Amino acid sequence: MIQKKVALRASLGSAALCALSVMTTGAASAEDAPKHGGTAIIHMASEQRALNPALRASTGVYNITGKIMEPLIDKSYDGYEPVLATEWSTSDDGKHITVKLREGVKWHDGEPFTCADVSFSAMELWKKLLNYSSTLQQNLDSVDCTDDFTAVFNYSKPMPLSLFVAAMPDLGHPVAKHLYEGTDILKNPYNTAPVGTGPFKFVEYERGQYVMAERNPDYWRGEEFPYLDRIVWRFIRDKSAAAAALESGEVHESGFNGVSMSDIERLSKDERFEVGTMGYENNVAHSTVEFNHRNPIMADLKVRQAMYHGLDIDYAIKTIMRGFAKPGRGPVPSAGGANYTDQVTTYDYDPELAMKMLDEAGYPVKDDGFRFHLRHRPAPWGEYTQLWGEYYAQAMREIGIDVEILTNDAPGFLNGVYRDYDFDTANGWHQFRSDPAVSTMVWLRSGAPAGTPWSNQFGWQSDEMDTMIDEAQAELDPEKRAADYHAIQAKSMDEIPVIFAIEHPFISVTSTKLKNHHNTPRWNSSSWYDLWLDE
Amino acid sequence: MTLHLPPILTYALRRLVQAVPVIVLIMIGTFLLLKLAPGDTVDALVGDMGGADAAYIARLRTEYGLDQPVWVQLWLYMVKLVQFDFGWSFVYEESVATILLERLGTTLMLMATSLSIAFTVGCFLGAFAARRAYSLTDNVISTVGLVFYATPSFFLSLMMILLFSVQLGWLPVGGIKTVAGFYTGWDHVVDVARHLIMPTAALSLIYLSFYLRLMRASVLEVADLDFVRTARAKGAGETRLMVHHIMRNALLPVITLLGMQFSTVLGGSVVVETIFSLPGLGQLAYQSVIQRDMNMLMGIIFLCAIIVVVVNFLTDLLYARLDSRIELA
Repeated sequence: MIQKKVALRASLGSAALCALSVMTTGAASAEDAPKHGGTAIIHMASEQRALNPALRASTGVYNITGKIMEPLIDKSYDGYEPVLATEWSTSDDGKHITVKLREGVKWHDGEPFTCADVSFSAMELWKKLLNYSSTLQQNLDSVDCTDDFTAVFNYSKPMPLSLFVAAMPDLGHPVAKHLYEGTDILKNPYNTAPVGTGPFKFVEYERGQYVMAERNPDYWRGEEFPYLDRIVWRFIRDKSAAAAALESGEVHESGFNGVSMSDIERLSKDERFEVGTMGYENNVAHSTVEFNHRNPIMADLKVRQAMYHGLDIDYAIKTIMRGFAKPGRGPVPSAGGANYTDQVTTYDYDPELAMKMLDEAGYPVKDDGFRFHLRHRPAPWGEYTQLWGEYYAQAMREIGIDVEILTNDAPGFLNGVYRDYDFDTANGWHQFRSDPAVSTMVWLRSGAPAGTPWSNQFGWQSDEMDTMIDEAQAELDPEKRAADYHAIQAKSMDEIPVIFAIEHPFISVTSTKLKNHHNTPRWNSSSWYDLWLDE
Repeated sequence: MTLHLPPILTYALRRLVQAVPVIVLIMIGTFLLLKLAPGDTVDALVGDMGGADAAYIARLRTEYGLDQPVWVQLWLYMVKLVQFDFGWSFVYEESVATILLERLGTTLMLMATSLSIAFTVGCFLGAFAARRAYSLTDNVISTVGLVFYATPSFFLSLMMILLFSVQLGWLPVGGIKTVAGFYTGWDHVVDVARHLIMPTAALSLIYLSFYLRLMRASVLEVADLDFVRTARAKGAGETRLMVHHIMRNALLPVITLLGMQFSTVLGGSVVVETIFSLPGLGQLAYQSVIQRDMNMLMGIIFLCAIIVVVVNFLTDLLYARLDSRIELA
């Protein structure tokens, strides 16, 4: 699609990871000596008001705070890399994880970073207040500081080290104990004016306009870093206006599909920009079709299989996602490393077969021209999901299933599907977060309280699957753990409680003036200490 | 003892007393309407975050008081409102009053400038066209007015951005000031003005057409009335005739429209503020609906209701001033 496109194959731990449709990282120009100075201006399509990643796990939050606050461990294309932690190990019983912390690191207010900060953050924020993390850390009893730079995480049940490590880039940001202890943590003013250890220091947050951060001259990686003087995140909600801001040079990067697909396609042919999906491997999401199994028709496996055969996934990838995606193979995406397998049952596009299967399942075409009628809720998560929902409805009509689309906004969708169960089918997307245990397994595990969004509220329950998920989560041996997830993936592709139809990373448009960009699998969330501007 | 107040004050007091039930009804109605919409601010919040677990969601609901019955929530809100306490925005983690004050300036600046331009230029062009009714000039003015009248504001705004920012590079795409520009003093004023040119122009052009069309029709109507003929027969010059006799009377319906539009301009600015990323009330209102930010939205509606009531009052006063046949009673 673009001339400058470079095929990239990045390895992630032991598993090779194929970047989907790919772009350059500005690698050619990165051979030039990096320049110091300049202000990088980044487009944000929605405004993140809370700026504390230890309270709100969300890529939108990391996008800004990732430069100001650092996690213990981050993820690079070579695997997990030490940031505020330098080493990690576990006891034989898997109940005690020892983390060595980096010495000589200072918070932006000059106080030293020590184990007390980690212990406080883990017990008071990660375990109690942080979404996703409160489930992950539910068995965390205490964090002992054997010295200022050694933290021991004590669990009441075994915690696989690989799960702990995989969770840290997103769910392992310490806050400064001296700024939070004894305060109402949720109302603490530093939640919107973060103080961290990162390469950039928070300057100001002008609500409705922008957030600004400036160079931290005392950054622990040394005087060389960071290269930029300043980063500004500008809130521009209108996608067309954002594209115009890129073109007029007012903005250097727009990530997470911040401009429309037609503009992405247009700008990909413009020499001033690099367009692609690199740097999002850790933020891969599945476009889904979700069934309400309380409806007896949807509970019929043969019907679900037939519906899967009725979907032309390749066509959808080509037209809706403009080729920036690939077919899903169950709850673990190909970016899932060792835990991913493609050795699963697949359902090729075959409308004839689909119709035959529906006939056999006892749903022949009736007088009105349809076999049955479904009420479908598409999630309002932007262009992909809306169009995927429309395509789904159209494809189903072709095999004789009438699908009525119920349009709703975000709260309406979440309530309609996950709380009121007022749907037959729905489509949305669910983001993978490094490890299946902290992300996609909630789609299959039963027992989530009613009303929990992005969880199994589909009325599908399998004791066998529940046991498999629990065992995989607690398995300490990485190889056995991977095998467990392969089995879960295979079972989910056989029984199709949810169709994980398409896996797609996000797409960014980046000015060629920015160098060293998109060089980690969670780039927008990373610290950008090595990003520089050629102006 | 009867209190003898000047008629204007009695009138003002009576209008004030009338306004109270109106505003209370507006607030209750808005509250209930918002509650009818599916989902609350916690749903919107976790929607934004891309997910959260059940305990987290339950904790937020308790913290925000959303676990209480609707009537209790409404009662608690109204009790606070009477004390002019607009409450806390859980979306912005800030008091509603603080944010409203932050945003009011931008919107008022945008509204006041756009309406003044639209009103003045619209009236002038309308009167000008009416005096040359059915001529080529009139046709050109009326047609151009009609085109802007029919153009959606988002389209006009985007086309202006394409032309003046992307193609010509004269004006900034959006925002209220140059980020990391660090301008002070006069430079800051110029910088803000540059950012307001396109949004103001977009709003003005659309509203201008209303005034133009109404003024043209009104002038044509008044110009045929007896008193104009009498004045002309008495030898009044065309300028005097236009300014003192025709315009003064023709302005009445136009001023009614001005009063009415004050509220719609707030609504119109939702689109323009969103496209130009201006931190005003319109953009805030749009965000608040999507976020189900109850307190914020109620605060905005309250503010708008007050503005509309006050503007209506002022319009009536102006009416009485322009047309001595109208009395304040």
